[in-house]
Amino acid sequence: MTRIAIDPVTRIEGHLRLEVEVQDGVVTDAWSSGTMFRGIELILRNRDPRDAWVFAQRICGVCTTVHALSSVRAVEDALKITIPENARLLRDLIAGAQLVQDHVIHFYHLHALDWVDVTLALKADPTQTATIAQSISDWPRSSATYFKGVQERLQAFVNTGQLGLFANGYWGHPAYKLPPNVNLLAVAHYLEALDWQRDFIRIHAILGGKNPHPQSYLVGGVAAAINLDEEVTINTDRIALLTQLIQRGQDFVRQVYMPDVLAIAGFYKDWANLGSGLGSYMVYGDYPASVPGAAADITSTYFFPRGLILNKNLSHVYDVSQLKVAEYVARSWYNYAQGASAALHPWKGETKPNYSGPQPPFNYVSDHEKYSWLKAPRYDGHAVEVGPLARTLVAYASGRQTVQQAVNGALHQLGVGPEALFSTLGRVVARAIEAQLMVNQLSTWLSQLVDNIGRGNLTIHDQSKWDPSTWPSEAFGWGFHEAPRGSLGHWVHIKDGAIANYQAVAPSTWNAGPRDAQGQRGAYEASLIGTPVTNPEQPVEILRTIHSFDPCLACAVHVVDPKGREYANIRVV
Amino acid sequence: MREEEERLSGGVWDALARRGISRRDFLRFCAAMTTALALPARYTSRVVQALEQTTRPALVWLQFQDCAGNTESALRASHPSFADIVLNLLSWNYHETVMAPSGKAAEKSLSDTVQQFKGQYIAVVEGSIPLAHGGVYCTVGGRTAIDIATEVCGNAYATIAVGTCASFGGIPAAAGGVTGAVSVAEALPGLDRLVNLSACPMNGANLAATLTHFLTFHEMPATDDLGRPLFAHGERIHDHCQRRAHYDAGQFVEEWGDEGHKEGWCLYKMGCKGPATSYNCPQVQWNDATNWPIGVGHGCVGCAEPAFWDEMTPFYRTLPSVPGFGVETTATTIGVGVGVAVATLTAAHAVGSAIRQRRLAHERAASATGAGAAPAEERPHDTADEHDEPGSGEGSQA
Repeated sequence: MTRIAIDPVTRIEGHLRLEVEVQDGVVTDAWSSGTMFRGIELILRNRDPRDAWVFAQRICGVCTTVHALSSVRAVEDALKITIPENARLLRDLIAGAQLVQDHVIHFYHLHALDWVDVTLALKADPTQTATIAQSISDWPRSSATYFKGVQERLQAFVNTGQLGLFANGYWGHPAYKLPPNVNLLAVAHYLEALDWQRDFIRIHAILGGKNPHPQSYLVGGVAAAINLDEEVTINTDRIALLTQLIQRGQDFVRQVYMPDVLAIAGFYKDWANLGSGLGSYMVYGDYPASVPGAAADITSTYFFPRGLILNKNLSHVYDVSQLKVAEYVARSWYNYAQGASAALHPWKGETKPNYSGPQPPFNYVSDHEKYSWLKAPRYDGHAVEVGPLARTLVAYASGRQTVQQAVNGALHQLGVGPEALFSTLGRVVARAIEAQLMVNQLSTWLSQLVDNIGRGNLTIHDQSKWDPSTWPSEAFGWGFHEAPRGSLGHWVHIKDGAIANYQAVAPSTWNAGPRDAQGQRGAYEASLIGTPVTNPEQPVEILRTIHSFDPCLACAVHVVDPKGREYANIRVV
Repeated sequence: MREEEERLSGGVWDALARRGISRRDFLRFCAAMTTALALPARYTSRVVQALEQTTRPALVWLQFQDCAGNTESALRASHPSFADIVLNLLSWNYHETVMAPSGKAAEKSLSDTVQQFKGQYIAVVEGSIPLAHGGVYCTVGGRTAIDIATEVCGNAYATIAVGTCASFGGIPAAAGGVTGAVSVAEALPGLDRLVNLSACPMNGANLAATLTHFLTFHEMPATDDLGRPLFAHGERIHDHCQRRAHYDAGQFVEEWGDEGHKEGWCLYKMGCKGPATSYNCPQVQWNDATNWPIGVGHGCVGCAEPAFWDEMTPFYRTLPSVPGFGVETTATTIGVGVGVAVATLTAAHAVGSAIRQRRLAHERAASATGAGAAPAEERPHDTADEHDEPGSGEGSQA
């Protein structure tokens, strides 16, 4: 039995360290450790609640917007503020665009290099690549000349001998299964996606002033003024640009991203049997079709329905109540006044960092009782997974026809049964499906907004509770959002006009968190068990599953073999 | 000449051939250059060598207490694009968010660069560096951030701190933080050629411009007293704001969504910190000049300034004093001297605050004599030095 440490895990957001036990070439146990702490929950204390979203947004710049949205929702929930319909639509457009762009970037720039051997693209035949491209999509950029140009560009790059970001990659690893032509296709689209992502996200600049970290959120609505007869506001020119950007997004997802996912998945069907992990999935739900207070049961209008699935049982979707969320620190570098095995609901949450891991420079964290900067959230005592797969399964099991059709279509095309969803491959396919559904939905929201504008409704903010003199002396609020990586929650306690306590439980906290007081593993940890490891120095199989979650925490993977001391020496100086 | 012909291969030779320039032409050119430089003929091979140099400069990107917002912002660069930069212009050897290998293989990319290009590579740092409790609040590969930064930045040709966290400590260093988070400058005093690309996040266009400057002029751009490039931080937002005319005319948004908001009026009363912030948002804007925060209708939060999380908050409280020249104000009021000073900014001087102090002095003098100041009821009162704490002036609670 060998214990291997992987730090830095790259192609994620944040700093993550993985340690795994490998026996007979298979992972038998795993520890997931977040190795960076900032303390934004503490920094938010005593601040003006109307400022909180600006701070909170800086929790993450890859999934920018999501924490800003959860924050204003938490304060609005606490102060019982109802936002205007236009504000909801503008926030939905920003959030939906974020999800689409985030998923495309994730597939091509964070995940693809686990599946695509870039060096093999040099052996491709551009003419055959063109035939493949044209057989799976009507995307116009598909000629043999085009792929030859990409190949030549790649060859010239390799000829310089300076491989940059691709140096020391696991090229030639036996786990890579794509033929050269598909590798070339993927490399071409990796480059196209780099151009597409910066163009598509101009939606955020129109509606939020800039990306990353759009700046038009307000407690009570948005600051994006609408006026068809003014130069600097949202006017017809801006609406026309939005329409065009959304159209280009729909084209790219439908004609490039989705076909690529299905084509590549077809060569990796064995990954439908790997990486399932916990088998329990939770979704807070989001994207209501109206504003709080306006609909009797607003949760029934969610674009992503709320629900909980336990033990892969799709015949029963349980309800979800945020009151059943609690965080453990038994194996995390924090103290609780109530003791190490307590679990606290975020309204009573505490953030008292207390590092008890090894002194750096260190070789292992998993041999310590507490081994992560992440807390361990649990729902009603269950360890659950959140994210696109959770949303897709809950929607499927809840009878959402658009989701069922999309999922069944993908399963049929791949020639696999529904059990394939509970896997690494399932997460990849679910992510693409929800990007497809969401990019189409953007048009609906834009047309609803334009409808309102056409009827003279330009209201973007509810002013009635902007002034702190209108607030109660004490209030508790919960703001939530289905972020690209899963269910996100912010809990705020406001006292005398200032933030008394603020707790955030991010999707990656659910997924990447450590064991709880009962020893239940977190989602990453559970998912790695049973993963093959052909070569501990090139752990591409482990990365495939971890990347399928789209990690958003500092993740540093550093492979160290306790039997091979020379690895320690590779850390120069 | 034959020796050089045999030695030339790949790289620049291929590039020249694609442009229809033969080996012979190239070598004749080199010989002519040697003569033009008044060097002996035997120096021709040195000239050939210099011109055929195609090694791209190396760059490594470190991430510490960051949110990766600056990485994402770099991905939004368009001229040159991120792909251009990392594939054609530089050898982008280490960047955890996007690099292929993980773990040991990734660390090799970093250590190889530090060893092979010692003193020559550019180090980029994103995120603050925690110093409390031995630096345990941020480790990568089992090493603390301060340990890594000391080695990697210490051996670099130049260091670029991207974002306000790396430049000035940023949000982890704000009041309430417990990790002892500091900027690169504070963690590693005396670093060679440290450039601070502050803002939260920095505008990717400014990183692209900084790297272009380095590649073109073989040096880092000139900076202000905070280490920020003058081309991006030399001017106050307030002085180039597209809504400035509304400020001067006393047209302010009073409530979100009111008529003034719909007319694109000045956001000063909604807490805009443009008068206290130096950044090129108004000129360059964001995401291929699509828009910027004030453009969409929300005030500036001062994110390019040090400690803005504490000094610009509450974000919606009006700045107590806003010294500045109105478009109607004439040179006789302000003084030709200050105008000349503005025109002769140089890299070494702390011009920003000096100019502001002079403007304040002039305006106080002007209002004392009653000459040139706008009617009091139309302008916010310039009663306090702008460095006072927010709330000590007479700004209204927005």
